[in-house]
Amino acid sequence: MADGGQDARRAPVTARMSNVSVGIDLVQISAIAESVDRFGERFLARVFTPREIAYAKASPAQFASRLSARFAAKEAVRKALRLDGVAWRDIEVVRHDDGACGIALHGTARDLAHSDGGGLAVSLSHENDQAAAVVIATRDA
Amino acid sequence: MSDNHERIRAILREHGRLSQDPSALGDNADLYQAGMTSHASVNVMLALEGEFDVEFPDHMLKRNVFESVNAIGSAIEELTAGR
Repeated sequence: MADGGQDARRAPVTARMSNVSVGIDLVQISAIAESVDRFGERFLARVFTPREIAYAKASPAQFASRLSARFAAKEAVRKALRLDGVAWRDIEVVRHDDGACGIALHGTARDLAHSDGGGLAVSLSHENDQAAAVVIATRDA
Repeated sequence: MSDNHERIRAILREHGRLSQDPSALGDNADLYQAGMTSHASVNVMLALEGEFDVEFPDHMLKRNVFESVNAIGSAIEELTAGR
């Protein structure tokens, strides 16, 4: 019983850690605004989905910060899942009915991750000229 | 080819947000180590598309495609092959 208790304390830690990965990214909001100014719709269409663009445009005062937080989330997903060679718009930040954000994966990103994004948790933040995102990915053993 | 490298360096100078002038970087120098962020690499990609009249397909949106002047040059060569 005592041995079993020790095993129970040790084993799950290793198992749990091997199924969790994390990604983080920090973006300069004014740099994203500059990209929009310089490249316009080309930049928006290559990086963001129509839903993300519509959400950002819904609040002109927060347009660049919303885009920046989403860009950071996309990069954080790429880091957490070690995705390479996927379109930026195939990683989408979605908003749930309660206002919380999640990740939806499409196309090649979904294929490579073997997931539609359901196993991903995301947290976004922005203040002054910085936007940040953290993504935690969990996989079934 | 070297003309392409100069055009690539000009784009990196304007859009790469590098910590040093691209002319001081070797053809194989790691641009990410030189300060290029993932966001800056998107700007570089869009500027390259305008400069060389090409479009990077999704499968070429890889970190190693944009990691050096030589790597970018190879990608441009591939995208303009047969013209």
